[in-house]
Amino acid sequence: MITIFILFFPLLASLLFLFSGNENAKKIALGISVIELAVSIFAAIQFIPDSNVQFALHVDWIRTLGISFHVGMDGISLLMVLLTSFLVPIIILSSFSKEYANAKSFYFLILLMECGLQGVFLSQNTFLFYIFWEVALIPIYFIAALWGGDKRIQVTLKFFIYTILGSLFMLIAFIYLYLQSPTQTMDFQSLYQIALSRSTQGILFWAFFLAFAIKMPIFPFHTWQPDTYAEAPTPGSMLLSGIMLKMGVYGVIRFILPMLPLGMEDWGNTAIVLSVIGIVYGSLIAMVQKDLKRLIAYSSIAHVGLISAGIFTLNAQGLTGGIIQMLSHGLCVVGLFFVVDLIKKRTGTRIITELGGIAEKSPALAIYFMIIMLGSIALPLTSGFIGEYLMLTGLYEYNPYLAGIAGLGIIFGAVYMLNMYKRTMYGLSPLQSSEFKSLSMAENTALFALSASILWIGIYPETFLHLARPAANHLLEIAKH
Amino acid sequence: MTTIVLLSLLGLITLITGLFTIKRYILPIVVSGLLVVFAIHTSSISIINENGPMFNNMMKFDQFSILFSGLILLLTVLIVFQTQKFEGETDIPLPELLTLFLFAITGALIMVSYTHLVMLFLGIETLSICLYVLAGSRRSELSSNEAAMKYFLMGAFASGFLLFGITLIYGATGSFHLAMISAQIQNPAIANSPMLIAGILMVLIALAFKVGAVPFHFWTPDVYEGSPTLVTSFMATVVKTAGFAAFFRLFFLAFSHTPPMWNQTLWVICALTMTLGNITAIYQNQVKRMMAYSGIAHTGYMLMAILALNQVAVSGILFYATAYALATIALFAVFITLQKNYKLDSIESFNGFAKKNPFAAFVVAASLCSLAGIPPLAGFFGKFYIFSLALKQQNFWLVIIAIINSCISVYYYFRIIVAMYMKKAMDEQTIEIDRMSYLVLIICMLASLVLGLFPDLILSLNA
Repeated sequence: MITIFILFFPLLASLLFLFSGNENAKKIALGISVIELAVSIFAAIQFIPDSNVQFALHVDWIRTLGISFHVGMDGISLLMVLLTSFLVPIIILSSFSKEYANAKSFYFLILLMECGLQGVFLSQNTFLFYIFWEVALIPIYFIAALWGGDKRIQVTLKFFIYTILGSLFMLIAFIYLYLQSPTQTMDFQSLYQIALSRSTQGILFWAFFLAFAIKMPIFPFHTWQPDTYAEAPTPGSMLLSGIMLKMGVYGVIRFILPMLPLGMEDWGNTAIVLSVIGIVYGSLIAMVQKDLKRLIAYSSIAHVGLISAGIFTLNAQGLTGGIIQMLSHGLCVVGLFFVVDLIKKRTGTRIITELGGIAEKSPALAIYFMIIMLGSIALPLTSGFIGEYLMLTGLYEYNPYLAGIAGLGIIFGAVYMLNMYKRTMYGLSPLQSSEFKSLSMAENTALFALSASILWIGIYPETFLHLARPAANHLLEIAKH
Repeated sequence: MTTIVLLSLLGLITLITGLFTIKRYILPIVVSGLLVVFAIHTSSISIINENGPMFNNMMKFDQFSILFSGLILLLTVLIVFQTQKFEGETDIPLPELLTLFLFAITGALIMVSYTHLVMLFLGIETLSICLYVLAGSRRSELSSNEAAMKYFLMGAFASGFLLFGITLIYGATGSFHLAMISAQIQNPAIANSPMLIAGILMVLIALAFKVGAVPFHFWTPDVYEGSPTLVTSFMATVVKTAGFAAFFRLFFLAFSHTPPMWNQTLWVICALTMTLGNITAIYQNQVKRMMAYSGIAHTGYMLMAILALNQVAVSGILFYATAYALATIALFAVFITLQKNYKLDSIESFNGFAKKNPFAAFVVAASLCSLAGIPPLAGFFGKFYIFSLALKQQNFWLVIIAIINSCISVYYYFRIIVAMYMKKAMDEQTIEIDRMSYLVLIICMLASLVLGLFPDLILSLNA
C-alpha cells in the first residue's frame, strides 16, 4: 500500500492543478512533495533492514505475456526513494522566487517526473522499470525544451534521442532476458536465476552499459550533458543531475552486477577505465570553465565517473561507497545549482570573472555554499568524504594504479571548486550596484536542509548505510554465484 | 458472411438516400449502420455457425478474419465521423462518398477472409477501385487528379503482377485454395520448382506494393499528398491494415512450409522498408509526405511480425495496426482542420498550435509519442511485442536495425511537437475544431492510452 502511495500520489495529487490558478501552483506542488517526503520517511522507519523486498505488491497485469505489476523496495530502492522525495521539495523551493510562465504545467511536469523516478526505483520487474524509465524522460524533455535557454530546442532534442537510443538497447536486453527466463516472467528475482553463456553476457553487458552510460553519463557518452544542463532551467538541471543521473547508476546495480557476472569479468575493466577517464577528463575541463553552470556540469561527469568506477569494482566497499555517494552527489549538485541560480538571479550573470565579493554581502549564502562545496570536494565530516573514501578503497583493492588516477580527480576537484569559491565569494565585487538581496525564507530553508543533510551523512552515515548494506551484500552474493 | 452482405446493403442504401433530400440523416444512418454491422459481426459468430468454409471453400470466417474485420469496421467509423467537414473539400456528394468508403471496406473484409486466391484478387480490386475514385475526388484540383492517375496506373500494374503470380502458383500446385497449395508445397519437388518460386515472388511484389513496402513504395508519398486528407487517413490506416492481413494470411495459410528462400527476401525488404522510410521522412517538409514515409517505416516494423509467421504474430500485427491507426487518424483529424485554416501542407502549419488549441495539440503530441513508441502508449507495446516476436526468431540484426530506426523516427515526429509547443504561431487566431473531430480525438487518445496500459484487451481476443 505504502509503495503504491509513494508511486502514484504525486501524479494523482497533481490533478489539484485542474482547480487552481497558476499563482498557487508552486504552493500546491510543494505541499504534495512534502507529503510524499513524509510518507517516504515513514516507509524508511517501518523498513526492516534486511535483504528482502518489502512493502511489495504483486498483481497480474498482462496475463497473455505473464507480465505482472510488481513493485516493492529493498534497501537500495529505499535510499533512492528517500533521495527523490527529499530533493523534489527542495527543487520546488528553489523555484519559489521565480515566476514561470504557465506555472501549472511546469509543476505538473515536475510531479510527473517524480512519479516516473519513484517508479524506476520501486519496480520489481523489467517491463515496469522500462515504462517508468521513459515516463521520467518525457517531463524533463518538456521542462528543458519549454522553459530553457536560447539553444534549448536542438540541445534537448539531442538529449532526448540520445537517451532513447540507449534505453531501446536496454529494452532489447530486457526482452531477450524475458525470453530466456524459464517461466517467461519479467520479475527481477526470476531473471537473477538465468544462467547465460559468456558471449551472451558480453553482448547483454554492452546493451545495458550503453543505456546506463548515456544516462549517467560516462565518457565518451557524455556529449549531450553539459549543453543540456546549461540550457535547462535550474530546476530541470537539478532534476537531471540530482536524481535522473542516479537512474543510470541504479540500473547498473540492479541489472549488470547481479545478472551478468561473466560479462563483468570480461568488460568490467573497460567500464572502469572509461569511468576513470571520465573523472580526469571532467575535472580538467571543469577547471577552465567560465560559466558556473557548465563548471558544475563537468564536475558532475567527474563525480559520476568515480561512482560508476566504485560500483563496477564489484566489491563491498566500492558498492556501498557508490550508494552513499549517490546520495551525497544528489545533495551537493542540487545545492551547487541552487547557489548558482541564486547568484544569477541577484547579479544577472553566471560568468565567474564577472563575479566576486559576495561573501561580504551575504555571509549566510557564503556559509551554505562553503558546506555544499566542501561536501562536493569530499572533505572529512561531509557526505562526500564517506562515499569517496569507500570507493577509492574499493578501487585500490581492484587496481592501485587506477585508484591513483581516480584520486587525482579529487585533487583536481578541490582545485576548481575552491577556485570557483574564491573568485565568486571573495575579492572585489566588479558589479556596479552593491546591492545583493539577502536570502528569502524559502531559500534559507532549502539551503539549510541541504547543508544539514550533507553534514549528517558525513558525521553519521550509518543511518543510511545500515538500510542499504544487506541489499548490497545480497546483490554481491548473487553476482558471485 | 452476413457482415459482407449487410455492408454491401448499407452501401446501396446510402447511395439511394442520396436521391432524397435527407442529407442531415445520412451520416447518422451510416455510422449507426456500421455499428450495427459490427455488433452483428461480433455476435453472429456464436449464433450462426459461420466459421466453416463457404462458397466452395473460397472464404472462411475464422478467428483471424473476425478480428481484422472488426478492426476495419471500427476504424472506418472513426473515419466516417469526419466526413461532414470533408464535404466542401470534394466534388463528390456526401452519399456517394460514403458509399465508396463502404464498398471499399467490403473489399477489405474479403481480403481478410479469403481462402482462395481468386477471392484475394477480388477483394483487392474491390478495395482499390473505390480508392482510385476517392483519391481523385477533388476533381477540380490537379494534385488530386495526379494522385488518382498515379495510384491507378501503379495499382493496375501491381494487380497484373498478382494475377500472373497466382497463375504461376496454380501452374505449379494445381490449386487456388490456400490449404491445397500448402499441402502441395510439402512435396519438395513442387516446393523447389522455379515456377512456384517465381509465382510466390510475384505475389510478394504485388502485396508489397499494396502495403507500401520498399522498393515498391514510390506511389505512397505522391498519392498521400495529392489525395484529400481524409482519404489519405483512410488509406494509411484501414487500407494498410487490410493489406497486411491479406499478406499475412497468404503466407501463413499457404506458404509457411516453403524453403527459407522467400524468408530472406522478406528480411531484406523489411530492413530496407524501415530504414528508407525513416531516413526519407526526416527530409520531408510536408506533413502528408512525412506521414507517408512514416507509414512506410511502420510497414517495415509490421513486416517483422510477418517474418515470425505464427499464431502469436497475429496478435502482434493486430495490436500494432490498431496502435498505428489510432495515432494516425488522430493526427490527420487535426491536420485537416489546420489545412483548411492555413491552406498550407507544411509542418509550419502546426506552429504555436499548443497555444491555439491546447487539447488538440496534446492529443497530437500523444499520438506522435505513440507512433515513436514511447510508453505507456499503445505504440510502445506494439513495438515491444513485435521486437519480442523477432527476438524469439533470433532475428537480432533486424531488431537492432529497428531500434536505430525508432530513434530516427523520434527526430521527425518531434519536429511536429517542437513546432506546436516551441515555435511562434503565424497569427493570433485560435483554431476551433468541430465536435465530431473532438469525438474522434477523444476516442483515439483514450484508446491509445488504455491499450497501452492494458494490452490484454486485444491480445486475449486471439486466444
